[in-house]
Amino acid sequence: MTIIEDTSPAPAGADSFSGPLLDVRDLHVEFRTRDGVVRAVNGVNYDVSAGETLAVLGESGSGKSVTAQAIMGILDMPPAVIPQGEIRFRGQDMLKMSADERRRIRGSRIAMIFQDALSSLNPVLSVGYQLGEMFRVHKGMSKKEAKAKSIELMDRVKIPAAAARVNDYPHQFSGGMRQRIMIAMALALEPDLIIADEPTTALDVTVQAQVMDLLAELQREYNMGLILITHDLGVVADVADKIAVMYAGRIVEQAPVHELYKRPAHPYTRGLLDSIPRLDQKGQELYAIKGLPPNLLRIPTGCAFNPRCPKAQDICTQQVPDLLSVTERDGGELPGRSSACHFWKETLHG
Amino acid sequence: MAELSKNDEPQVATPNVSDVEIVDAHSDEEAVRAIEAPVERGEPILQVRGLKKHFPLTQGILFKKQIGAVKAVDGISFDLYQGETLGIVGESGCGKSTVAKLLMNLERATAGEIFYKGQDITKLSGRALKAVRRNIQMVFQDPYTSLNPRMTVGDIIGEPFDIHSEVAPKGDRRRRVQELLDVVGLNPEYINRYPHQFSGGQRQRIGIARGLALNPEIIICDEPVSALDVSVQAQVINLMERLQNEFNLSYLFIAHDLSIVRHISDRVGVMYLGAMAEIGTDEQIYDHPTHPYTQALLSAVPVPDPEAREHRDRIILTGDVPSPANPPSGCRFRTRCWKAQDKCAQEIPLLAVPERFKGEDTPAAHESACHFAEERDVVHAA
Ligand SMILES: Nc1ncnc2c1ncn2[C@@H]1O[C@H](COP(=O)(O)OP(=O)(O)O)[C@@H](O)[C@H]1O
Ligand SMILES: Nc1ncnc2c1ncn2[C@@H]1O[C@H](COP(=O)(O)OP(=O)(O)O)[C@@H](O)[C@H]1O
Ligand code: SF4
Ligand SMILES: [Mg+2]
Ligand SMILES: [Mg+2]
Repeated sequence: MTIIEDTSPAPAGADSFSGPLLDVRDLHVEFRTRDGVVRAVNGVNYDVSAGETLAVLGESGSGKSVTAQAIMGILDMPPAVIPQGEIRFRGQDMLKMSADERRRIRGSRIAMIFQDALSSLNPVLSVGYQLGEMFRVHKGMSKKEAKAKSIELMDRVKIPAAAARVNDYPHQFSGGMRQRIMIAMALALEPDLIIADEPTTALDVTVQAQVMDLLAELQREYNMGLILITHDLGVVADVADKIAVMYAGRIVEQAPVHELYKRPAHPYTRGLLDSIPRLDQKGQELYAIKGLPPNLLRIPTGCAFNPRCPKAQDICTQQVPDLLSVTERDGGELPGRSSACHFWKETLHG
Repeated sequence: MAELSKNDEPQVATPNVSDVEIVDAHSDEEAVRAIEAPVERGEPILQVRGLKKHFPLTQGILFKKQIGAVKAVDGISFDLYQGETLGIVGESGCGKSTVAKLLMNLERATAGEIFYKGQDITKLSGRALKAVRRNIQMVFQDPYTSLNPRMTVGDIIGEPFDIHSEVAPKGDRRRRVQELLDVVGLNPEYINRYPHQFSGGQRQRIGIARGLALNPEIIICDEPVSALDVSVQAQVINLMERLQNEFNLSYLFIAHDLSIVRHISDRVGVMYLGAMAEIGTDEQIYDHPTHPYTQALLSAVPVPDPEAREHRDRIILTGDVPSPANPPSGCRFRTRCWKAQDKCAQEIPLLAVPERFKGEDTPAAHESACHFAEERDVVHAA
């Protein structure tokens, strides 16, 4: 975890802002590589408010992590380039801020949790030291104060015998406990927003359930915004308020969690839901989305999903579908729902 | 499917598996003949009895001293029937891959037997062992590391023919490999390409083609789709089901994704810390689990249905899995079990049909290693 020297609170005027906490608008990220331009993010739009959980769902390579890295400012530039887009935090575009201002926000207002806790923690420093560092560097606490704070936090994330374990090293903890330590570290400065990138993917289901419960509980308690990145349709269903489905670097569908599962408005979402077997009954042959996710060096023209889509028509190969609001059959509003498909009506109402 | 014999006196560790008809081969030829004999659908083809694998824990560099053992597999028994898929589930470290390696003869068992058509393969050698090796193949989890990057796809799939040349004579190999590529849904013209030119799902198809090369009877699949994306997983699962029918295969299907295991399996065994906690048909295990561990495991599965989820019974286990070097006394699960009593620390619960369900015509009457086994539905909305 990178530590940035800073003791000041959120930017002035922050409390009076009433819009979404984070608002990503038309974000593009490309990697200029030897093989050509990898278009990893191609106009992502999403937002998250305080107390809200946005799940970003997509298969590997769909651009979930690159989007998060752009928000956190941890992309290597070059090779990455952000040719277009806005990342507004409390209304202010971080891409247009001074480096200092940006660092202030990213250092203490937004925290990130990664899939692999072991490689995000320093193996030769005790977890207490690493947690305490947050308080020493950012809050100017003494060693003793910082240690007490660390124990308090370890308690908070339910690490048993926190006081006795504060001097242990990362490898002495189980995978689930290490992920709790990452959560503690993310919480240390009481951020407004946490971005968790596949936080439980490496964990077993029983431990995954514990960690997700903890995250959800803390999020409610501190009224934080949470962006949960995952490829697991089950995990998302458990904790998210709303879901953004990504495909080839774009959001193809957005919806409140219940709606998305009940009535998907994009053929890709529908295909994903149909291709996972059920736990509560024995099914027939699985539906399988044909083909493979696109090569980002050569994204198909029109709708990127068209070569794999059962609903595709000529227009799908010619025109990129915008992410637009969808409505009931009778034109009634469906708040928070949108789809980037020329045939969303047929898919939603079909 | 053959009925499991129900023994009433569970003194042996594993009373509820069918009798082994031991084949007493007096020569290599006799042994090979028994191995080549067909097994009828629904009859046991593989019978595992009291299987153990303890990895020594040593200290010191020059003079290694054994200070204990990791009891990776600690006395498990089960049958695999011809033509079925037996799923094995359990959290990481519970010994699933070690079971797979023992069955493949890639690890030596510390104790126990593995009967293949009545012969203990842990004791076979020579031509008989070679014949067994041909008939039991494996598909691995990681399609990225299990294929040699410097070999062409043709060489990878055809490699088993080097040892078992009788299956495909030299001049016939190329044609046979192309046939296999076609069978798994890959373009036969890709025969000269290298693994890195394929996606994860395609590589897993290559691994499957290789597994099929010798016309095996049993395929041990260790997490074959765990590394794949959802949309590609379904393709590979469908392929595996089709191949099973086409080639009359028996699968031992190891995975940690409980939904996928239910989908593909006829029967399912739940492992915990090197032992089998519960085993039964997919309906018995998922809809009528009686072991607390199975119940906790199932209840923790996040399902892609927010409404159903809110009305499901949830069990959140506390703590982590204990070390297999030092498993708890009595029931291995007792340190995390909310039902544990003194008895659980003192007596090892046997894998048997619980006394209370014996003779009853209920799906709860299947083998479960718990002193206080009782049914609890955690999968369906209340
Ligand atoms: N440093 C990089 N150079 C080139 N391509 C990259 C780099 N980082 C990521 N990418 C590409 O960007 C795409 C999106 O990646 P990512 O956001 O990590 O996907 P995911 O949805 O799995 O998190 C991938 O195709 C990946 O290969
Ligand atoms: N070669 C080995 N030496 C020592 N311990 C091992 C070895 N292989 C596996 N183990 C241990 O045995 C246990 C079971 O491992 P494994 O069979 O790989 O579990 P699973 O496949 O269920 O995740 C684990 O505790 C693991 O660390
Ligand atoms: S035997 Fe005891 S400890 Fe083990 S699962 Fe049953 S109740 Fe729990
Ligand atoms: Mg990622
Ligand atoms: Mg394994």
